[in-house]
Amino acid sequence: MRKLALSDEILLSIEKPARYIGNEVNMVKKDFNKVDIRFAMCFPDVYEIGMSHLGIQILYDMFNKRDDVYCERVYSPWLDLDKIMREQDIPLFALESQQPIKDFDFLGITIQYEMCYTNILQILDLSKIPLLAADRTEDDPIVIGGGPCAYNPEPLAPFFDLFYIGEGEMVYFELLDKYKENKANDGTRHTFLEMAAEIEGIYVPMFYDVTYHEDGTIRSFEPNHQNAKKIITKQLVMDISNTYYPDRPLVPFIKATQDRVVLEIQRGCIRGCRFCQAGSVYKPVRERDLDFLKEKAYNMLKNTGHEEISLSSLSSSDYSQLEGLINFLIDEFKGKGVNISLPSLRIDAFSLDVMSKVQDVRKSSLTFAPEAGSQRLRNVINKGLTEEVILNGAKLAFDGGWNRVKLYFMLGLPTETVSDMQGIALLSEKIAELYYQIPKDQRIGKVSVVASTSFFVPKPFTPFQWASMNTKEQFLSKAKIVNDKMKEMLNKKSLKYNWHEADVSVLEGLLARGDRRVADTILYAYRLGCIYDAWGESFDYDKWEQAIKATNIDMDFYITRERNTDEILPWDFIDVGVTKQFLKNEWKKAKKETVTPNCRMQCAGCGVAKFGGGVCFESKN
Amino acid sequence: MKVRIKFAKQGAMKFVGHLDIMRYFQKVMRRSDVDIAYSEGFSPHQKMSFAAPLGVGLTSRGEYFDIEVNSTESSKEMLRRMNETMVEGMEVIRYRLLPEDSKNAMSIVSEADYLVNFRKGKEPCSDLKNQFEQFMAQEQIEILKATKKSEVVVDIRPLIRSFEVRNDGIFLKLATGSENNLKPELVVDAFCEYLSVQRKPFDLLTERLELYGKNENGDPIPLEDFGVDLD
Ligand code: SF4
Repeated sequence: MRKLALSDEILLSIEKPARYIGNEVNMVKKDFNKVDIRFAMCFPDVYEIGMSHLGIQILYDMFNKRDDVYCERVYSPWLDLDKIMREQDIPLFALESQQPIKDFDFLGITIQYEMCYTNILQILDLSKIPLLAADRTEDDPIVIGGGPCAYNPEPLAPFFDLFYIGEGEMVYFELLDKYKENKANDGTRHTFLEMAAEIEGIYVPMFYDVTYHEDGTIRSFEPNHQNAKKIITKQLVMDISNTYYPDRPLVPFIKATQDRVVLEIQRGCIRGCRFCQAGSVYKPVRERDLDFLKEKAYNMLKNTGHEEISLSSLSSSDYSQLEGLINFLIDEFKGKGVNISLPSLRIDAFSLDVMSKVQDVRKSSLTFAPEAGSQRLRNVINKGLTEEVILNGAKLAFDGGWNRVKLYFMLGLPTETVSDMQGIALLSEKIAELYYQIPKDQRIGKVSVVASTSFFVPKPFTPFQWASMNTKEQFLSKAKIVNDKMKEMLNKKSLKYNWHEADVSVLEGLLARGDRRVADTILYAYRLGCIYDAWGESFDYDKWEQAIKATNIDMDFYITRERNTDEILPWDFIDVGVTKQFLKNEWKKAKKETVTPNCRMQCAGCGVAKFGGGVCFESKN
Repeated sequence: MKVRIKFAKQGAMKFVGHLDIMRYFQKVMRRSDVDIAYSEGFSPHQKMSFAAPLGVGLTSRGEYFDIEVNSTESSKEMLRRMNETMVEGMEVIRYRLLPEDSKNAMSIVSEADYLVNFRKGKEPCSDLKNQFEQFMAQEQIEILKATKKSEVVVDIRPLIRSFEVRNDGIFLKLATGSENNLKPELVVDAFCEYLSVQRKPFDLLTERLELYGKNENGDPIPLEDFGVDLD
């Protein structure tokens, strides 16, 4: 039996010890002494969150298909264990072999959201790997970052040896082969990085220099090494029905956030919402084959024993074979005690019909994401959801027995006015009124309309990458405007309004569009004790403020300043396919409140057709 | 058809709590195609009930749960199928058909066997065998038990059905179940109090060995003996 890295005493004195023992169903077992490459795959958040992430499950399966590689997992120790590990000087370990991360060849970190940046430093620190790439030696693993936040890697640049820009399925094997080659040639860490820099999609931050203008904007961003590419091109999988996808995903013992089989039906999104980074960087839409999905659904349910299967994609309703897929799932699995969960469906007759088949109408709620309170602002953000569509959907649903509605909005969008904000309350009220038009004897109790707002954070590679972001004070006063208006509504007793924390959003804004200078702030905040910033109980804005001050970060420069479309943005050296010119046009159109049709209605010539597949070539087949 | 399943929980699995073990076995049923019966209603659940929860930190060689099945293969085949999908440390050791009118395991549990060991360096005294035998020779062993409102003095001596200080540890047969329930931890608490020594934290390594239920004559027999193997 494996020896655990932590003693019984420690495991019995912390919360949920099963986070740290590995041994889950479908865990891959190999002899770590008999492989050429040991890869530690990390999700820098607590186990239950990390284990719910599909991308890691895909890469874990893919890496371990190679006999010369053993891919293991590591997550952030929770605060209780973090403290004990520091006090007792226990090195961070991987779940499979329970061996120190420091002994691995690679530490791969998936970077899914900005608020996990200090957790990345926690992982390095507890692993006893120097936080700065420049300080690492031949004894340290190569630290590689990937995931959505790698599309602006600059605030993390000094902490990583390399970043991989693109979808995980693509170049890792080439990278691993180069690593073996370098090892066989008695190469050093540095010679490996030199070789890696030549691979498409690989960015080695130390091979680039940045200079700045007096006003703080970037003057130049240039390679300082001959192997480093001037432009890093995103790598993506074009045939996603003939690629890696696990048949035997890991099944955690403790309840993970995503305690079900996840079937990714397509990648990308045809709808060019102007605030959405995922929509932009995962373009173009690539659909998976129905037969591929059927087979995977069957295998994964069989091999995990999960009692639920969920479809995943940015906008499931746009999947062209949705009906066939859902009917298959219902026919095949519904009678076997398997629940089918269908997130992100557009509310219409079809979706209501399937929802009534797979979930308890009385217990479930309808979800709409209008994102903005008025049609004018929805045109600005290119969210093609009209009030009419929402009200029609709600009407159909109320007739079908639903009486709970959730609405999602953003505050702080470009060009927003007071009437846009008040529109959130007005739309909520209209939905409630619609319900009460149903004759009393046909209603099932009261309606509940819950409107939630998050604060808009501009993201790289969206048309709003140049936009001004609101301050905390602006955000909170906007939330108050919505809240006041809600209280004026006739049906206010049926309405509920929630808004997010503003502190976190502002910080997210700094990290999302930050440059290399922001790395000092992250390091400083970490040294002050910041970790788990995504968690309310441990987020400490005062410490962040202290770090921002100490590292001379001008929040106006990073947050409220509207960027000039001519300036060099920190992430300009990355080519995601969508051209800067397209984004500039979209930014202009946004200000003019002009919408851009989705990819299936009319190609907008965004630039990603150069990848040679997906929706861009659908009609031409 | 009612079926009783006996399993062992060893090694690192002792850190997985009771609720998670229940979820684990629900998934085992699906992975190994056990034709388990589901309840009616919109979100049907498996008909499965566990005999007695085992605390985190304890290993066991004799845990039980009952299920209802619509159909089944032989015990041997069912054990093979289930064990094929087990993780290290978990093993299914019996699969036995119960008479149709059986009460479920939880309602008949009356006793449990434990083997208690002190970790090295955490023993409360040097001549454990003597001391423990003297402790058990008392007519009454009173402990303070905290209830919701106050503390009451309980005599746990009658709840310790038998004991033996063996080479491999202290064997205890303790009253278990809804009526009377005594945990080995409490016996050790009382023993240390008797010795007038402070208990050391995390001093025990405890394994549950078997669970018993009362048969129609009121005699405790191992829960597995209520059923028969299927050929
Ligand atoms: S090139 Fe056209 S079809 Fe392809 S993703 Fe861009 S806008 Fe859509």
